[in-house]
Amino acid sequence: MYKFLTGPMFWLSLCICLIGMIVRFVLYFKGLSWQLDRVAYKAYPVQGFKGAMNSILKWLIPFGTYGWRKQPFMTVIFFGFHTGAILVPLFLPAHNLFLKEKIGISLITLNPVFADILTWSVIVSAFFLILRRISLPEVRILTTAYDYFILLLSMAPFITGLIARYEIGSYSFWLTAHILCGEALLIAIPFTKRSHIVLFFASRAQLGMDYAIKRGGMKGKGMAW
Amino acid sequence: MPEGKYCNKKPIETEEELKELLGDTGGKKYYEEMKALDVDSELLWKTIGNTLKSRTKTWLEICAHCGMCADSCFLYLINDRDPKQVPAYKIQSTLGEIVKRKGKVDNEFMHMVMETAWAKCTCCNRCGMYCPHGIDMGVMFGYLRGLCYQQGFVPWELKIGAGMHRIYRAQMDVTNEEFVETFKWMVEEYEEDYPGLEVSVDKEGADILYTVNAREVKHYPEDLAEAAILFHLAGENWTVPSSGWEQTSLSMFAGDWAACKMQVESVYSAMERLKPKRMVGTECGHAHRATVIEGPYWAGRSNGKPPVESIHYVEWLAEALREGKLKVDPAKRIKKKVTLQDSCNYIRNNGLKEITREIMSYIVEPGYFIEMTPNKEHNFCCGGGGGFNGIGIFRPQRNKALITKRDQLINSGAELVISPCHNCWDAIRDLEDEYKIGIKWSFLKPLLVSMVEIPEHLKPKE
Repeated sequence: MYKFLTGPMFWLSLCICLIGMIVRFVLYFKGLSWQLDRVAYKAYPVQGFKGAMNSILKWLIPFGTYGWRKQPFMTVIFFGFHTGAILVPLFLPAHNLFLKEKIGISLITLNPVFADILTWSVIVSAFFLILRRISLPEVRILTTAYDYFILLLSMAPFITGLIARYEIGSYSFWLTAHILCGEALLIAIPFTKRSHIVLFFASRAQLGMDYAIKRGGMKGKGMAW
Repeated sequence: MPEGKYCNKKPIETEEELKELLGDTGGKKYYEEMKALDVDSELLWKTIGNTLKSRTKTWLEICAHCGMCADSCFLYLINDRDPKQVPAYKIQSTLGEIVKRKGKVDNEFMHMVMETAWAKCTCCNRCGMYCPHGIDMGVMFGYLRGLCYQQGFVPWELKIGAGMHRIYRAQMDVTNEEFVETFKWMVEEYEEDYPGLEVSVDKEGADILYTVNAREVKHYPEDLAEAAILFHLAGENWTVPSSGWEQTSLSMFAGDWAACKMQVESVYSAMERLKPKRMVGTECGHAHRATVIEGPYWAGRSNGKPPVESIHYVEWLAEALREGKLKVDPAKRIKKKVTLQDSCNYIRNNGLKEITREIMSYIVEPGYFIEMTPNKEHNFCCGGGGGFNGIGIFRPQRNKALITKRDQLINSGAELVISPCHNCWDAIRDLEDEYKIGIKWSFLKPLLVSMVEIPEHLKPKE
């Protein structure tokens, strides 16, 4: 099982994830229509690019936008969740040992203590994200079973990973479960709401171009996100 | 009953049809017939297939259901934080649901969609600024209105409004002759006070082609005179077109895209015919949105621009004051607490926040100008945007919506609010009528006419 998961299944899930993300990203931009969207994307590439970058970067900074500042609690748990969810899978020392063995390269690695903190931050933030869904009427009304499924799917590799890391119960069982959950998550990315990993950038870029090209970006100081 | 006599899927195409629908006071029979109107699911689904592409599809799909848009929506806030007023919920439960059901929705559902699209969203686009994914629900509601219009589920006044554009190329039954006559008549009225005041019609190659809102012709002709006076005092070489003078588009509020195209093309053809250096539009928000921001796309102009450079009245005015073409008498500057209404259609959606404040710096005595909170591109809708002002059956919802602006005005402590937008102007008039807070409201033109210096050579001879 372990061999299969770290062998063919690893390659398969990684390929599905990467190719899937590229396909979604490319299809998004290919599907934009200047006439239907009413944005002259191609006529103003420079302004459009600047607007897109501005729209993306501002939202990547905690408290960097009016939207984030308006909701400080959400901002903290949002970044608490996403920072760990991005950094830990990519830069955990153990993951990079595995990568080195598989493909002969490894990325920079996180300090193990810091990696622990980030992982806990993912789990605690996710807990609050769930609590928020249950307790706030304006979020509850939007929430569907699918939203919980996606959240749990995203948390599963972190929970199993932590259990394995603290060696609670059978290490090999939890390690296998961790790899399985991680790969399930990779495969799910292109086909579910997890596609926002790339479509966040695409969608933000689109609105940025819209404002930069059509809705006043060429007049005055531009948009205050 | 599939199609009614008054309420049906067919756009208004003749003057008789328009008059007949107008004769149905308050849309009584119209709405009665709507209760039995069939939904053409096949057409609905086909239209969605052809028009709901990458951007909107992705918006519907990746919405994280985080609810961060809730607080951005003034209708959510003013309706006691009713979760059903959360923008994401409003669009997911209407457009999202239609897509999910592949267009197979019934009459009752479409009634709910109509109310949501016109009474729970003014297409102010504020939510789009607060969504981490950049999902602009106002844009989606605009799209949804188009689907509703196609199916015949559109408020009576807006079906008429779109019909007016189709028949008269104006939002009201104002003919080209009436427009020209009214303008000339109003100018004559002021000739004695302003010697040499005139309006030239269809002058080719003028510096400015001036376009208006048909309401000014029908109900507020003073506005035309004021525009003429200010151009005259500024020494502008300006003209009005005998056709293609109407800048507004109720068809945009109705979601009648074919009528939007017809309307805006009438203005563009005036530009092409008269070849002015620039077009200046009147103090109206949605008119600017329709003719300058969205219009080029309806007309299929791939550079997203009208045939000649087109600017809002505030842009011309700021320039005239900046360059000294118009000089404000310092003694006549506004010396009472005054605030400014930021129109969604050209502040949030056309970046003119600094220009309007520049005007304030010329016309308000320092220390008297107060910002509303929030303001500029983050300002709230006046409460009557997107056609909300004019829809009879949704009047109670509209009146409630006005409370947001009422409270913003009260909290500002201003005595006067300057509102260079017809829709906002109406909403503020109505909120004063409804809630009596003692606020005064004004367009810029009458204020300017009362405070600009008249150059010696333009003064009347004693």
